[in-house]
Amino acid sequence: MLRRYVAKRLLIAIPSLLIASLIVFTLPRLIPGDAVQLMLAEKAYAKDLDELRAKLGLDRPMYVQYFEWAGRALRGDLGESLWTRRPVLEEIGQRLPVTLTLAVLALIFALAIAIPVGVISAARHDTLADFIARSAAILGLSVPGFWLATLLIVLPAIWWGWRPVGDFVEFGSDPVRYVRQLLLPAAILGIAASAALMRLTRGMLLEVLRQDYVRTARAKGLAERRVVLKHGLRNAIIPVVTLLGTQLPQIIGGTVVIEYVFGLPGMSRFLFDAINQRDYPVIQGVNLLVVSTVVMVNLGVDALYAVLDPRIRY
Amino acid sequence: MSTRVESPEQLAQVEPARAPARPGGLGGARALGRFIRRKPLGAIGAVIVIAMLVMAGCAEWIAPYGYDDTIRGARMKPPSAAHWLGTDNLSRDMWSRVVYGARVSITVGFLTIGLAIVAATAIGVSSAYFGGVWDLVVQRVVDAWLSFPYLIIILSVMAVLGPGLLNVVVSLAILIAATNSRVIRSATLAVMQHSYVEAARAMGCGHARIILRHLLPNVTATIIILATIGLGAVTLAESALSFLGFGVPPPHPSWGGMLSGSGRTYMFRAPWMAVWPGVAISLAVFGFNMLGDALRDVLDPRLRGS
Repeated sequence: MLRRYVAKRLLIAIPSLLIASLIVFTLPRLIPGDAVQLMLAEKAYAKDLDELRAKLGLDRPMYVQYFEWAGRALRGDLGESLWTRRPVLEEIGQRLPVTLTLAVLALIFALAIAIPVGVISAARHDTLADFIARSAAILGLSVPGFWLATLLIVLPAIWWGWRPVGDFVEFGSDPVRYVRQLLLPAAILGIAASAALMRLTRGMLLEVLRQDYVRTARAKGLAERRVVLKHGLRNAIIPVVTLLGTQLPQIIGGTVVIEYVFGLPGMSRFLFDAINQRDYPVIQGVNLLVVSTVVMVNLGVDALYAVLDPRIRY
Repeated sequence: MSTRVESPEQLAQVEPARAPARPGGLGGARALGRFIRRKPLGAIGAVIVIAMLVMAGCAEWIAPYGYDDTIRGARMKPPSAAHWLGTDNLSRDMWSRVVYGARVSITVGFLTIGLAIVAATAIGVSSAYFGGVWDLVVQRVVDAWLSFPYLIIILSVMAVLGPGLLNVVVSLAILIAATNSRVIRSATLAVMQHSYVEAARAMGCGHARIILRHLLPNVTATIIILATIGLGAVTLAESALSFLGFGVPPPHPSWGGMLSGSGRTYMFRAPWMAVWPGVAISLAVFGFNMLGDALRDVLDPRLRGS
């Protein structure tokens, strides 16, 4: 049953991925001015421009370029950067660990805040604690990450002369410092996600705590703690898992700003620079990778959903 | 970082039929009083939103200086009685710039949401109503669009369109429309389950009549909620875009833009330059979110507490 469901979802995912790949391919090509113009600057003659375009394969019809690109992408070849002339996959591979560490740490932060606060907020429904938690959650959703990051860089520096941003340390040279330098950016990234997750945890738990079996559990004299955690949370957590899947693109999107503010050499920063430099293969490569990851993660989340909740039959 | 609708399915289950009481006369005042008592946070949100609207509409009268006026001898002065929020590196009054910034945020917010809601409703309702191949194709495109991280897709679209207020509006609207169309589609599907739609069809009503007279009025609550919550998300996204240099170009005083460039260059010497625009963004988004939450509770009792 589950296998059939996953297969069905996979079939739906394929056209989405195809359409996404078309968007990924077409968008950067619509950017006015191309890399060739940027590379040769103002002193170029039209002949030089055409020559370079031919060399880079940019003079052929768009659909020919698309099929060639898509065909090679399927074989794991994303082409080379127009600027550094190095394979895009290799360039991404160098920067991906930073972004991934950031995203995973952010998710851990988000869950570590969201679940306990959500549970307390629901268990102490309509008390001061609940009120504060809910207001804090909306505040967390309202404060822009880049501003929070700026404040956390500026204020400690002014007050105590402490600066969180130093030179970037590679994982290889000092793993502890590598993770430590990513903690603050990840925490900021996790705040918005935690607010959304907390609100859902609270809402779902409240819903579950109204059920008859929870009343039964209370009636048979179980400790409130056990009622909430064992009977309540276990049943409330499922939609939270789903939301986790939808949070992923948000978190990855957030890394663009965070890597920019903290000067981290991650994949999103790479993409940002590539957009400014019209580096098509890089823009396409990063976008394709991100979109496929998101589609696959959502597929996994759907499957997990079915595993977690045996009532769901597809 | 943006406001999210926690679960589209949840929002989609908006109970139709019951039309909200029309404000007006004494009944309106009483309803307002009840709203303030029951939803104090929502009332605070409403006050913030109204304050923003006033700032945006009457910036000329509220702001002591123009947003681009240089004041001689007042470069990077800290907040004082003369300059409430201090001055920036180009000797401009920060308070005036923040006030005018409300105009940019409100303009972008309302234009974007207006455009997005119209598009989302057209896509969502038609997708649900006509179903079949149309639904399948449209939903796959929406799927694809939704799997892009929002900032990445907007940056790419903005790179295509170039910076500018209208371009920000268009690219944000495309994105929000995709998300919202999914929710409106589900809401419409739920409404179509009701027998009055079948009755209308049996009586020989045309597609246009069914959609305009029977479906649309019953998804209005969903649309209002989506719009209010969306305003917060748009304000946040616009500020992030302007911060990255892809948004509203200077010298227009966009809050996000004020935090980038000189705001960052001088942030250690003149921290007020980096503080106040951020406070303004947070307050504005907070206001929209609070109001949206309260509206959701009031317009849709089934979602209360979520």
